[in-house]
Amino acid sequence: MDMLFFFILFMLFMTGRREAPGLYEAGRLTLDPDFGGLNTLILLTSSWSFVMAVEAARSNRLERISRWLIASGLCGVAFGISKAFEYGAKFAAGLTPATNDFYMYYFVLTGFHMLHVMGGCVMLLIFWRMARREAFGPGRMTVIECGGIYWHMVDLLWIVLFPLLYLMR
Amino acid sequence: MNELFRQTASKVWLLLMAATFVTTWMLTKDAFPLRIATIAIVLIAAIKVRLVLLHFMELRHAPLPLRLVFEAWVIAVTGALIALYWLTPAAG
Repeated sequence: MDMLFFFILFMLFMTGRREAPGLYEAGRLTLDPDFGGLNTLILLTSSWSFVMAVEAARSNRLERISRWLIASGLCGVAFGISKAFEYGAKFAAGLTPATNDFYMYYFVLTGFHMLHVMGGCVMLLIFWRMARREAFGPGRMTVIECGGIYWHMVDLLWIVLFPLLYLMR
Repeated sequence: MNELFRQTASKVWLLLMAATFVTTWMLTKDAFPLRIATIAIVLIAAIKVRLVLLHFMELRHAPLPLRLVFEAWVIAVTGALIALYWLTPAAG
């Protein structure tokens, strides 16, 4: 469902870009690809940590689950902090969703994505507490596996979002 | 088997990180022809998405219809992005 929603947003962005390539390119040039690239590395690491947590649960290494979940969650928080700096710099430069179509899409796409990241961080916190109560393990995999699918989807959407907004010239 | 799986996930992670370095800090250099580089960036993103789907979301073990839905999403997004990009005149 979310992937369909983002698919539509991607297409709207591309259609808008087609109508005003100069404006979109000018907007893109104000974004910092170093931030975007770093955010991608952070989310990939977070996803991988989650895979390791699931694998720890599956192989009954219960003490490792919460450690991997903390690593995954901290990456999510790091992503949020980096985004806060990025938004702060944009607002300080007077750039808002109302500036033009490019920034409208920039804030809508990254904003919706950020909400997913925040939701994921809350989920990871809850999972961390559950892991400490040994709620996960062989035969108790459904919840953590479903959570993982959600968290990887958040990662996957960013993998498309990042080149679309920051790199497409 | 578990150790093997761990290694696979970790290898996939390293590959994803390396691909991110290539797209963010290499293909964006002016040395590469702009249109080709951008299409390469989109294609690499598609490969990364597929790696996440198959290895992190474990779609490679999922029932075929479910797998096809997600594969179709990747193809639709990638195809549409490249087509719309190609139809857009270069800025400036």
